[in-house]
Amino acid sequence: MAGIRIENLHVAMGGAKILRGLDLDITSGEWLNIVGPNGAGKTTLLRAILGSLDYEGSITVDGAAEHPSAGLARSIAYVPQVAVIPPGMLVTDYVLLGRTPHRGAFAADSPNDLAVTAEVLERLDLGLFMTREVRSLSGGERQRVVMARALAQQTPILLLDEPTTALDLGHQQDMLELVEELRHERGLTVVATLHDLTLAARFGERLALIDTGRLIQVGLARDVLTVDTIKTHFHANVRIIDDEGGPVVVPA
Amino acid sequence: MTTINNPETLTVSRLSGRQLMIGILVLLAAVMAGLTIGPVDIAPHRVILELLNGLPGVETDSGLSEIHQGIIEKIRLPRVVLGVLVGATLSLSGAAYQGAFRNPLADPYLLGIAAGAGLGATIAITSNLGDGAGIFDPVPLAAFAGALIGVGASYMAGHIGGRSTASLVLAGVAVASFLTACQTYVLQANSESFREVYGWILGRIATSGWSEPVLMLPYFLITVVVVLRHRRALDVLAVGDEEAAALGINPRRIRAVVVIAASLGAAAAVSVSGLIGFVGIIVPHTVRLAFGNSNRIVLPLSVLFGGAFMVLADLAARTLVEPAELPIGVVTAFLGAPFFVLVLRSSRREVW
Repeated sequence: MAGIRIENLHVAMGGAKILRGLDLDITSGEWLNIVGPNGAGKTTLLRAILGSLDYEGSITVDGAAEHPSAGLARSIAYVPQVAVIPPGMLVTDYVLLGRTPHRGAFAADSPNDLAVTAEVLERLDLGLFMTREVRSLSGGERQRVVMARALAQQTPILLLDEPTTALDLGHQQDMLELVEELRHERGLTVVATLHDLTLAARFGERLALIDTGRLIQVGLARDVLTVDTIKTHFHANVRIIDDEGGPVVVPA
Repeated sequence: MTTINNPETLTVSRLSGRQLMIGILVLLAAVMAGLTIGPVDIAPHRVILELLNGLPGVETDSGLSEIHQGIIEKIRLPRVVLGVLVGATLSLSGAAYQGAFRNPLADPYLLGIAAGAGLGATIAITSNLGDGAGIFDPVPLAAFAGALIGVGASYMAGHIGGRSTASLVLAGVAVASFLTACQTYVLQANSESFREVYGWILGRIATSGWSEPVLMLPYFLITVVVVLRHRRALDVLAVGDEEAAALGINPRRIRAVVVIAASLGAAAAVSVSGLIGFVGIIVPHTVRLAFGNSNRIVLPLSVLFGGAFMVLADLAARTLVEPAELPIGVVTAFLGAPFFVLVLRSSRREVW
């Protein structure tokens, strides 16, 4: 089981209250997209789940207590919006970093670490890039490499912060379809922030709309994305076209 | 599309046997040059025989006169060994600082070590504490204490300022400025010691028997063991603190341990040999350009090439203007800077 229960979450940064009493239950194995206007607290919510900032309230990650020495790193893998790519680092070395929570900071790579890394590189079609520097890759290739590192962690939960930023339309689709396939293959729980509402409706199962640090509504895309809620929370005038893949949000 | 059939074919950046051999051979060649070349040139094979003779249970006849034996064993060998220890420690400390701060310009003097050691040495020289021999010589002791005070003050000031590495570096700049101002004041008040202090600052690999190498050895060992143990952790740290923490390591603790070990080694090196600049930057970057950026490669090779570089720089310092000696800090920069530019221009790798 790899669900996440968030209760009465408060986060303050630099005197500003970013999250104010947010409650959210994420079910094991689901794909939940977090949407909301700029500054709503989407990324802060992900970082709080990750444990990389101080918060008040409670976040319970199922199974996280099993490997306390690795912190949450054996439960949650994180793909940041803009990953830090070290200069000169090669693709294989970068993906291998994902094995850190399993081998510790000081031990050598085990045969299993190498096997997992090879499997992930193959799964994400990165075989031809293995000995390239990550910095020399295109945006889409780079995002796949960061995803590969997250998969090498072999965690049940995947947090994606705006995984489609800086990708063109085709690569956005490729990336999200890849997430969907991987989720089914590996039974992952996926939590993603997405600013594109149509993509957020098209991929994943549920949508959580947050604004000013609170959960406004969580549910199916067609229930959450209405002309009125979008007007209230995004201050945008839109039309919603009901498509078979989910609601399509277009400017009115 | 896919080319991976077997995980054993994965190319992972790690120190290869070939790279290690290159490093060891270069170091041995530098050591041999340091032992054979000087006012009296001694044939390499005789030097080797003489060294073997020094080993317990080995009897060889080098055919060297007693004077030549004395030159090798009492003068050149301690000096070469000290050069290896100081060069290796400064290079490794520089590489460790660059990794810990994720900054290509970081060097072991970054956090007030140089300024603290300079102030300590200046106070010891100007107050005429007398010439104790070996470990009781007040100048290296004062320099060592000053270096530790400098880095300790930087650490405390930086910690107050915040969590980021930038605040620590800024604190180091502030502490260094303060200590340098103190040193300038002390020096102005004792201008008759100006030459002596200046000579100390420019650095030297000078020995009186084995006391300096023996003094340096434990710090060298601590620095090597602690920093090399963190070579993989520093590679993880390269993705930044937040992502490194998400990968299950504690970035602040790792940075603290690495920086303290590197600082201890650098402080000891400064106390026995003065402020030899540039080594902590030039050697690790040359290794990166030649062999790759992974700390698994950079840290161990910095030890070997740093030792070799310092021995060769010292060789140049004592032979170029015979019978006088050049300050080694001048040599490391004068020869090191053009060499580094050459490497920089010829490498196709990204610098940082």
